[in-house]
Amino acid sequence: MFEKRVAVFMGHYGSGKTFTAVNYALELKRRGKKVSVYDLDIVNPYFRTVDAESRLKAAGIDLIVSPFAESNVDLPAMNAKTYKMVEDFSEYAVADIGGDDRGALALGRFRDGLIKEDNYEGFLVLNKFRPETRDVAGALSMIEEIERAGRLPFTGIVNNANLGDETTPEIILEGLEFAEEVGRASGLPVAFSAVRSDLTGGLKEKIKNILAVDPIKYGNW
Amino acid sequence: MAEKVLLKGNEALAEAAIMAGCRHYFGYPITPQTEVAAYMSRRMPKIGGTFLQAESEIAAINMVIGAAACGKRAMTSSSSPGISLKGEGISYMCGCDLPALIVNVQRGGPGLGGIQPSQSDYWQAVKGGGHGDYHLIVLAPASVQEMVSMTFKGFDLADKYRVPAMILADGTLGQMMEPVSLDLGEVKEYDKSWAATGTENHEGRNILNSLSLSPAQLEEWNISRFERYKQLEREEVMYEEFMTDDADIIITAFGIAARIAKNAVKDARKAGIKAGLIRPITLYPFPKAAIKNAAKKAKAILSVELNMGQMVEDVKVASNGACPVYFYGRTGGVLMRPEEITDTLSAIAKGEAKEW
Repeated sequence: MFEKRVAVFMGHYGSGKTFTAVNYALELKRRGKKVSVYDLDIVNPYFRTVDAESRLKAAGIDLIVSPFAESNVDLPAMNAKTYKMVEDFSEYAVADIGGDDRGALALGRFRDGLIKEDNYEGFLVLNKFRPETRDVAGALSMIEEIERAGRLPFTGIVNNANLGDETTPEIILEGLEFAEEVGRASGLPVAFSAVRSDLTGGLKEKIKNILAVDPIKYGNW
Repeated sequence: MAEKVLLKGNEALAEAAIMAGCRHYFGYPITPQTEVAAYMSRRMPKIGGTFLQAESEIAAINMVIGAAACGKRAMTSSSSPGISLKGEGISYMCGCDLPALIVNVQRGGPGLGGIQPSQSDYWQAVKGGGHGDYHLIVLAPASVQEMVSMTFKGFDLADKYRVPAMILADGTLGQMMEPVSLDLGEVKEYDKSWAATGTENHEGRNILNSLSLSPAQLEEWNISRFERYKQLEREEVMYEEFMTDDADIIITAFGIAARIAKNAVKDARKAGIKAGLIRPITLYPFPKAAIKNAAKKAKAILSVELNMGQMVEDVKVASNGACPVYFYGRTGGVLMRPEEITDTLSAIAKGEAKEW
């Protein structure tokens, strides 16, 4: 966690990539790094990093996002400034990749740069409570499909087990056990667990690497 | 441990349909409901079902007609402009008394409109959309859990009454994620001796047809169909009441607007305004009696919708002049904030608001 210049968050759609990426970037910033967040989601125009824009802006983090996000323009577009991710070595980069293999296609364009520089983490964001990654076989095929589409090998797993508002410490621990199982089957280490700030207290002794996260609030319902 | 899973609204209704025994899905992609088709395309082949991406919405609804006529649980899903295209098929389905599930994850309109959430297809869903004397059973979920339960319910009601059911959701409900229990109980079996499944060497044929060469016969069909609508209105009305007992102002709202309104009710109560909420869950059959009774007790009713004022017409009719009716809405894909509703409630309480 936090050692490499670029952190790329990939995974099943709805596994919490945006949420984890935003919080990871905020933590980098708290540690005094200059950081930009790149929203590479070309798949879904709803609920994107742009929702967290105010929080990132307040922290002094540059958000690079499609100019059409949150509008009615349903186009798979990327911001031209996304190239900064593989060209400006003076700052940290956190990339939020769209869901599943289709989302990872957008990453392919930057893959050569990331491999050449050899200073990236490729995180698989894993939520055991999502229907298509509930078992090891499902998680392994997700890994394979995303790697094939994005052509960027994963380097670690992020345990983001949660049930939204109903998340408990037990759910996070169950998710960690599952992430370790997926880790053994795939050869990937579990990099860290994303844990909602109010739940970290009881888990600090049980989980080695914790990223304390605050949920992104989308609406008033 | 936890029996729940974290689901997107669109996935939830797709999985619920499968659990309800639906093995025939026909659709055409459109934002913001594409995940329904995407989910079906991965799940159906694994369970021996059919996922078919049709060449158009019109083709898809006609495929649903075919599968439903064979007595199978079939469904299609789309978003507003796509539902308009299905209108003709929906009318034919009603004319043939075929049960099926149609999902509308609404976006802003009219025309191509936009891709952000809206509730502006209320009229289309409850007052036709297609031609002829007909109703759809229209269910309005307000949570991802209800996307599941209403999908299940929709198939049941459709089969029981031989009336197509529609889930009227919106882009927010389709896209939002919430923990969901998929413990739905047994799938009920209904008599489908009317289905076109082959004669198996028996005499007589089942004909499913909406064309009548005799005006008198067509009238008879329509009258008998409306008998079933009357039964639906008597027996299947669903709604939720929230803090209505002592309420001076009753908000009526459905779907995602009702969730925002619920927060507004709580805020208004803190500010000393006795507000309450009636949330129709079945938009057809509409909870007329509940609104009629509420109108007799309350000082005012405020209909809150993500449109320019559609359900408010039915609220006005149901309230029958017993109290003044007001309206607050946002449209075009814009969601309201609870403060906008509480401001309207204050204006009504002070006598400063204009009646709808």
